[in-house]
Amino acid sequence: MVAIIDYGVGNLFSLRSSFAAIGVEAAVTADPETIHKADRVILPGVGAFEDAARKLRETGLDRVVRAEAADGKPLMGICLGMQMLFERSYEYGVHEGLGLLKGEIRPIAERIGEGLKIPQMGWNALKIRRQSPILKYTQEGEYVYFVHSYSAVNCDESLLATVEYGADLTACVGLGNVFGCQFHPEKSGSVGLKILKAFCEAGGETEGAV
Amino acid sequence: MITKRIIPCLDVKNGRVVKGVNFLNLGDVASPVELAKYYSDHGADELVFYDITASAEGRGLFTDILTETARTVFIPLTVGGGINTTADFDRVLKCGADKVSVNSGAIRDPSLVGKAARLYGDQCVVLSVDVKRVDGVFRIFAKGGRENTGMEAIEWIRRCVGEGAGEVVVNSMDTDGVKQGFDLELLEKVCDVVKVPVIASGGAGKIEDFITLFKTLPGVDAGLAASIFHFGEVEISALKEEMRRNGISARIVDRAE
Repeated sequence: MVAIIDYGVGNLFSLRSSFAAIGVEAAVTADPETIHKADRVILPGVGAFEDAARKLRETGLDRVVRAEAADGKPLMGICLGMQMLFERSYEYGVHEGLGLLKGEIRPIAERIGEGLKIPQMGWNALKIRRQSPILKYTQEGEYVYFVHSYSAVNCDESLLATVEYGADLTACVGLGNVFGCQFHPEKSGSVGLKILKAFCEAGGETEGAV
Repeated sequence: MITKRIIPCLDVKNGRVVKGVNFLNLGDVASPVELAKYYSDHGADELVFYDITASAEGRGLFTDILTETARTVFIPLTVGGGINTTADFDRVLKCGADKVSVNSGAIRDPSLVGKAARLYGDQCVVLSVDVKRVDGVFRIFAKGGRENTGMEAIEWIRRCVGEGAGEVVVNSMDTDGVKQGFDLELLEKVCDVVKVPVIASGGAGKIEDFITLFKTLPGVDAGLAASIFHFGEVEISALKEEMRRNGISARIVDRAE
């Protein structure tokens, strides 16, 4: 069973439907016991980093997520949930993240130059930088759906795939049992479903727990 | 590079697609769920569901088919029609919509865009406008194009984007249904004043109209159309191939999957 963490940010309908579509049981939950019993954990999120980080802290779920990740349980952050895996974000101030991965979140405006719209909204092609269990069904150049104004930088250690949008932006990360997608696999058609399927098959055994 | 998006729009009344559609290889299809699946499989980048139901009962049927679609189709879904309050946003977002399009609702209550953007994020709020030239000036029309509001279109769009609309669907009533191409003059003016994605609507009759659109106006992010897709006059996969041949970035899906 996959636990989709419900901490009051974002629309979890599609994410739950995606797991149903690949035949995996998923529960949308804020209950630490349910999360502990789950085989894997999804940390979703849309909106502002500060607000989401605060909600995660206030519900005590930040400790739960850290503990499960330390236990070696496969964890995937999606969109803002992926950004929260890093050390800190510079979205309207400086805010602490979970610190499960090395790196920080910066505005894409600093890197992409003039003439491109912010947020990056739409379908863009993945450039695979490093093989990973979650990309085992993914081909170079396959399209996934992005909506974001910030991205992870200084994260070479966990970088799995990038996307070209005025610069090479971080699209997908993974280290040990901790994974993240800046794009929305639940909105990326069959390409996205295959990434979720690969995550559900990933053991988290490859490089040991974070 | 990010691709230009191709978006079919489905008008839904009492849970069925209005007028029905007739694909060469699919026959008559009136089920929005089936049609959405078909488009998703054939390369649509996004779908717009437009609810033209007036009754509460029809509205319930609409949310049912939306829920069913969101369970089976995993591309972005935008929902419009009858969105007047943030409670309407809530109703369709809970059924699996990713973005919500407001038109007359924003004209009636200009604070709606800002309120919704703060609650659900800018990326969730799509401003949709029906624009027509009146004495040489672009004016905003309300109530499905039946009522001239007298508001100047470009200023209205600029204002709503300033309030938090994350995307704009520009429908030209002058070119809509004429099938002689998109309204490039209007679209250029919109692209000049907004930095958010612009979706062109109204006037597409053939593949070349999309090529002209994207080549002439690089600031346009997506092309939306209804009947030409429904009646098979333009097939999305063929359109995408032609876009690529013309150097326009397009997402082509592998139908063998």
